[in-house]
Amino acid sequence: MSEPRTRRRDGGTGADQAVVDLRNVSKTFGGGRDAGVRALSEIDLSIGRGEFVSLIGPSGCGKSTLLRIIGDLTSPTSGTVTVNGKPAPRARLDRDYGMVFQAPVLFDWRTVQKNVELPLEITGRPAPERRSKARAMLDLVELGEFAGRHPWQLSGGMQQRVAIARALALDPAILLMDEPFGALDEMTRERMNLELLRIWDRTGTSVVFVTHSIPEAVFLSTRVVVMSARPGRITSIVTIDLPRARTVETRELERYFELVTEVRESLRAGEDAGPPGAHGGPPRPEDDRVRVEGLSG
Amino acid sequence: MATLTASTVRPAGSRRMPGVRPVVGLLAVVGIILVAWEVAKWLGGDPWREDSFLGTGLRLYHNPPFDWKPVNDINLPHVWVVIGAFFETAGGGTILQSLIGAALFTLRGAALGFAIGAAFGLGLAILLVHVRVLERGLVPLLVASQTVPIVAIAPLVVVGLKAGWLGVAIVASYLTFFPVTIAAIRGLRAADARAFELLRSYAADRRTVLRQLRLPASAPYLFTAFKISATGSVVGAIVGEFPAGIREGLGGAILQSMQYYSINPGRLWAAILVSAALGIGAFLLVLAAERWALRGYRPIEEGMA
Amino acid sequence: MISGSSGQIALVGRPAGRFAARVQGWALPAAIFLGALAAWELVVRVLGLKQFILPSPVAIANATVTYFPELWSSARYTAVEIVGGLLIGVVAGLLVGAITARFAVLRESLLPFGIAANSVPIIAFAPLFNNWFGIDKQLSKAMVAAVLVFFPVMINTVRGLRNVDPAALELMRSYAAGELQVFRRVRVPASLPFVFTALRIATTLATIGAVIGEYFGAPALSLGQYIARNMSYLAVERSWAAIVFASAIGIALYLGVVVLERLVMPWAAARASER
Repeated sequence: MSEPRTRRRDGGTGADQAVVDLRNVSKTFGGGRDAGVRALSEIDLSIGRGEFVSLIGPSGCGKSTLLRIIGDLTSPTSGTVTVNGKPAPRARLDRDYGMVFQAPVLFDWRTVQKNVELPLEITGRPAPERRSKARAMLDLVELGEFAGRHPWQLSGGMQQRVAIARALALDPAILLMDEPFGALDEMTRERMNLELLRIWDRTGTSVVFVTHSIPEAVFLSTRVVVMSARPGRITSIVTIDLPRARTVETRELERYFELVTEVRESLRAGEDAGPPGAHGGPPRPEDDRVRVEGLSG
Repeated sequence: MATLTASTVRPAGSRRMPGVRPVVGLLAVVGIILVAWEVAKWLGGDPWREDSFLGTGLRLYHNPPFDWKPVNDINLPHVWVVIGAFFETAGGGTILQSLIGAALFTLRGAALGFAIGAAFGLGLAILLVHVRVLERGLVPLLVASQTVPIVAIAPLVVVGLKAGWLGVAIVASYLTFFPVTIAAIRGLRAADARAFELLRSYAADRRTVLRQLRLPASAPYLFTAFKISATGSVVGAIVGEFPAGIREGLGGAILQSMQYYSINPGRLWAAILVSAALGIGAFLLVLAAERWALRGYRPIEEGMA
Repeated sequence: MISGSSGQIALVGRPAGRFAARVQGWALPAAIFLGALAAWELVVRVLGLKQFILPSPVAIANATVTYFPELWSSARYTAVEIVGGLLIGVVAGLLVGAITARFAVLRESLLPFGIAANSVPIIAFAPLFNNWFGIDKQLSKAMVAAVLVFFPVMINTVRGLRNVDPAALELMRSYAAGELQVFRRVRVPASLPFVFTALRIATTLATIGAVIGEYFGAPALSLGQYIARNMSYLAVERSWAAIVFASAIGIALYLGVVVLERLVMPWAAARASER
């Protein structure tokens, strides 16, 4: 893997080196009888290799939908999605993705080790390789000693680390994370943030990270993509020019606070620009999905 | 992918819509079965000799190429013979009329049995939920109680107690209470632990917790059990009639038409079809009650308790 | 099914004496059972109930010993029907359930049909089965049992296979896993609790189905006929002895399913014991 690149890379440029390239992507839900809900409108975004990009915005801005379009879990109504230089469906078939959801989605019937081996089994790797690779990933997330346990024997934060280990098992070109720490308490979340940065540093993978939390987005990212709702679109992209090596002290830097304020103001600007009645509108697919997950969790 | 999006964007508020598609699907399956039935008879049944098919004057003569015993006219009468059996006259009315009367008689025993069984089952569950020792001691025995073949219990209750259709109701309640008890034990504990703590913070007594929290939380579980019990009570009522020699109900009608089977197989089929209709009717009744009672409830994944 | 994010920090120590706990678990029901038997005996003696109304446990035990050979051969005959019916019904239910779960058209037709059929008193069909498969054949009773078993197994198989966390399906999709992979690694394990619930119900249903089938006609040495015949002779304690055998078969099969469940889903038992 190449040296992670952290410098600015605005939408639309350098597509040849980009790991994700979105052009004019729109998504409409429903359609059919009524007009349908416009979830995303004309998104242009390019994400470079080794970047850590956060998508942030109010509920219903389509950030999760955008993530799922990148991961080919849903297809855009129009526009093109290029991942690793190929169409998204091809990238998925080539197993270029690692997904982490808000819920860990671990299988109770498998041990922690076997859960991490799952993608390796699916891709038909031989057993010894599966074992050693899963073991290495568990060591990476510092859960090696829990390999033989079952998911329900771990705390929420540990479960989510298993999910990250599983996502990394195939050495994916891009890690897609959908509010992975949203269900964790603040302290666990901050620890997981540091953990994630360490893993990102070690693997050099590219990350697309959906979050509700401004401090989290600023702390983790090389760039923060600020979105607004109805229809979901990009209001601004904030480049995070904090030092690459981030520690607990980073959160106390003046520049950190400035960036947090900048993102917050971008969010507010997007809100003002949006149509009135930002809440209590028509059903928002993204919210419903979260609720369904919450139910089954 | 289609199923995935469908399940992801379903609004949480709406309980499964009582759509017509399942009904259409159900009727399609029944239609296919009826067609397959006659096709089998066309291929391997007894020769078809209809001088005037269904009174239309159509002459239907056909010699099936094969001879399959299971589909001859005794083992599998023609669909129209079965339908015709409903309109034969016997003892002053049509078979259909007497079967409806029998169904109502059986329904009376089943309904009373269902009420007794449901009340007993729920009461038992409330007791067991509050006295844990009893739960551990009794539940294995309750499971064992259901392995006692009901046909064996029926004569003891119905004949032994000389209780007539009340005895039938008791047999029906025996098949009813068990699913209710098991589901209610789960349901009475199903409420969120935080809700229990909330009521505890109000210093609510057991009765209030039961009324305000446990019972409402158990309702979806109870109705799942009621749907199973509805069938159980009908089965219990029919089986209860067999050994008691009760002639007025569907159990009696089945036994009676069994004796005429070699002469008139359509009659037994008619009695069986009415029994089937009664079972389905009881189920639909509970389903309707569930829809009404659980209007404001969050939909839950359905499984058999 | 799937561990939620609200996972509890467990690492609870194993219960010290597993064996002791298990004995304790059985002691209480056994004590209650024996107490009930004693009360029964007492009621019969104190009220002086006639044997043909309610025989006492001692009388039933006597009958069991006295008529053991004929009871044993009746039980063996009936057990073949029960097990045979159970196997036929379960295999058919699993197969049809798996196919039904796969295709939307079938889910919208066969599933409602199955639910409707499941509320039909299938024992009413027992006389017909005797005609089709031979009144003196074990197959005819096995088929009654099989049909009784089929519908709950099929319905629960469909529900279990569909009862999958949408996020788990997305995960598998992100790995570009094939349908067979999803079936084997996600749907089947997720369906097991549903299937085993149905199997437990099935053991009881198969027992009831076979005995009731025999009631409508079977060789003399079968439990159903044995119960009915002795009931009409007012030798009720002999009927009860046969009932004991029938229940024993039912309980044995039920426990067999419970053991199988432990073997197939060890994680579920482990999880339950740590709670």
